[in-house]
Amino acid sequence: MNIVVCIKQVPGTTKVKINPDTGTLIRDGVEAVINPFDEYAIEEALRIKERVGNATVKVISMGPPQAEDALRTALSLGADEAFLISDKAFAGADTWATSYTLSLGIKHLGKTDLVICGKQAIDGDTAQVGPGLAEMLGIPFVAWVKKIEEITPSLIRVQRMMEDGYDVIETSLPALITVVKEINVPRMASLKGKMRAKKAVIPVLNFQTLNPDPDKIGLKGSPTQVLRSFVPERKSGGEKISGETSELVERIKKTILDLNVIK
Amino acid sequence: MGIKVDIEKCIGCSLCVKACSQNAITIVNKKATIDLSKCNLCAACIEACKKYQAITIEKESSTKLENIQNYKNVAVFVEQRDENIAGVSFEMLGEGRKLADQLGEKLIAVLLGFNMHQKAEELILFGADIVYYYDSKLLKNFQDDSYAQILSDFIVQKKPSIVLAGATSIGRSFIPKVAARVCGGLTADCTKLEIDVQKRLLLGTRPAFGGNLMATIICPHHRPQMATVRHKVMKPAQKDINRKGNVTIKNIEDASLFIRTKLLNTVKETETTVNITEADIIVSGGRGMQDPKNMKLLQDLAEVLGGAVGASRAAVDAGWIPYSHQVGQTGKTVCPKLYIACGISGSIQHMAGMQSSEFIIAINKDPNADIFQIANLGVVGDALEILPALTKAFKEQLGKK
Repeated sequence: MNIVVCIKQVPGTTKVKINPDTGTLIRDGVEAVINPFDEYAIEEALRIKERVGNATVKVISMGPPQAEDALRTALSLGADEAFLISDKAFAGADTWATSYTLSLGIKHLGKTDLVICGKQAIDGDTAQVGPGLAEMLGIPFVAWVKKIEEITPSLIRVQRMMEDGYDVIETSLPALITVVKEINVPRMASLKGKMRAKKAVIPVLNFQTLNPDPDKIGLKGSPTQVLRSFVPERKSGGEKISGETSELVERIKKTILDLNVIK
Repeated sequence: MGIKVDIEKCIGCSLCVKACSQNAITIVNKKATIDLSKCNLCAACIEACKKYQAITIEKESSTKLENIQNYKNVAVFVEQRDENIAGVSFEMLGEGRKLADQLGEKLIAVLLGFNMHQKAEELILFGADIVYYYDSKLLKNFQDDSYAQILSDFIVQKKPSIVLAGATSIGRSFIPKVAARVCGGLTADCTKLEIDVQKRLLLGTRPAFGGNLMATIICPHHRPQMATVRHKVMKPAQKDINRKGNVTIKNIEDASLFIRTKLLNTVKETETTVNITEADIIVSGGRGMQDPKNMKLLQDLAEVLGGAVGASRAAVDAGWIPYSHQVGQTGKTVCPKLYIACGISGSIQHMAGMQSSEFIIAINKDPNADIFQIANLGVVGDALEILPALTKAFKEQLGKK
């Protein structure tokens, strides 16, 4: 079974703070990490491999040359091979053009049975590349997977998280799923894995390798475009109160009643 | 094509350098220089350079585009689960009506289901001029393939200029597939929609970076312009029993639908009686609740107030409450009218999921907790003492009414 995991390198946003003077994001010293949801995707691929035995796990990322670091991390966790889609011609891609470019990359890897993506990246927060990619690969898609109940060489049965519970969905393979945090707890890299990852050669798939339609890639191939971006006005904290519990309760009660939100 | 600095206009003030999140801009010889290998075209520098307008992103339009003039009207995908129309769909009808009026165009509602003819008719009363109702027992339940197929076919045939859907589990799952198919420009998870009437463009504003950055997105050269929109940020359409419109019923042959996934079962988690993304009031707990049995205190207050229970990642990871309750970057994004954060310190990830709530009350023992920075009312105290007393007070208060 051939499993492909799509990962994205993102800034570790835990350290993102706003500069109060300029109102902009402070990114100094912020390390780049694997998108947290993609860590669950990698882990799930490794677990499937352990379960079915005869499987390979390939990880693929689209991004600037430094995204190679994220791929090495994935290798250190146990992925078999890693590929980087990188070319200046791909820069500025929106989710549509990214889905298209990734689909070419995955086709380039040969026969694939299952593609796993994290549900969304924590920088863009769109959750659009997974379903867009499934569409461009022409394979079935299930979003928000919180559990794989069964997987065989020809089909997969999963639980899809919904607002009010979950759906149990079965589909033939090849297919693409996006996973949520609940699906597993990712492992740590072993020392041996780290050594292996350090030495691994990561092929770069560029414009020439993928031979895309030039009208469908990068900024030019992107239907959407950022008109402007800005730091939202922060809610400034309101009143802070302290005192006896009974006083606090009375005050909270009054505040809530004044809001007129209780039906 | 790409991002450019106009050397004539640039005064070397370095505001753009500070605005750049990618450290891609440096000042060389008193002029801004952009390292294109680092730039992700986020346009933050353009905003920073508003005064001098020295930075621009230029985009060639693709030549193979269909004439965008052929596209008109605003379409809303109306979501149903178990024959109940999602709250966010009424919000989309309300907002869609406004956009259509600004453009002088019609509002079209698109409903997929089985035996929902009456609900389809009612959509006219909620502001639609035209309703397309696609009826089949295979459309009763959401499936990515069938829903994407029907909505894509609708778009190809009817050529709406704008397509809106709720940013729900269903909408965010299949709308990107539709966009991929019809080459539409899709903006995810919008919190604001506007129309540039002159250019007849939809401006979708959305949070990114866990709410730390807002971006306004346009789709200048492709149609339709598509957007998924968050719950609870737009006003729902009000019912007007005198409204008139056209309802077209499309009976869909089973054989015409291409469905590769099989829905075997739908499990409702009874513990989550109230869907937190739709709740008006959320009582949420974090590590400060100290013990799993104290989570009951949140439930008690939520019940009295008619709200839902949320939780921070810490409480979920500790196994005190299921993941479906988690609010924050790796959980759900909520914007209720009232959010009560109990024993939640306020990590940036948690705040990303709830900071757009209309009113926030935070109860925390630590007077320096970060959550107080965004709370409308900060209460320095012990949630474990305050919660039961508050529940009791409300029981008495509401019992009297």
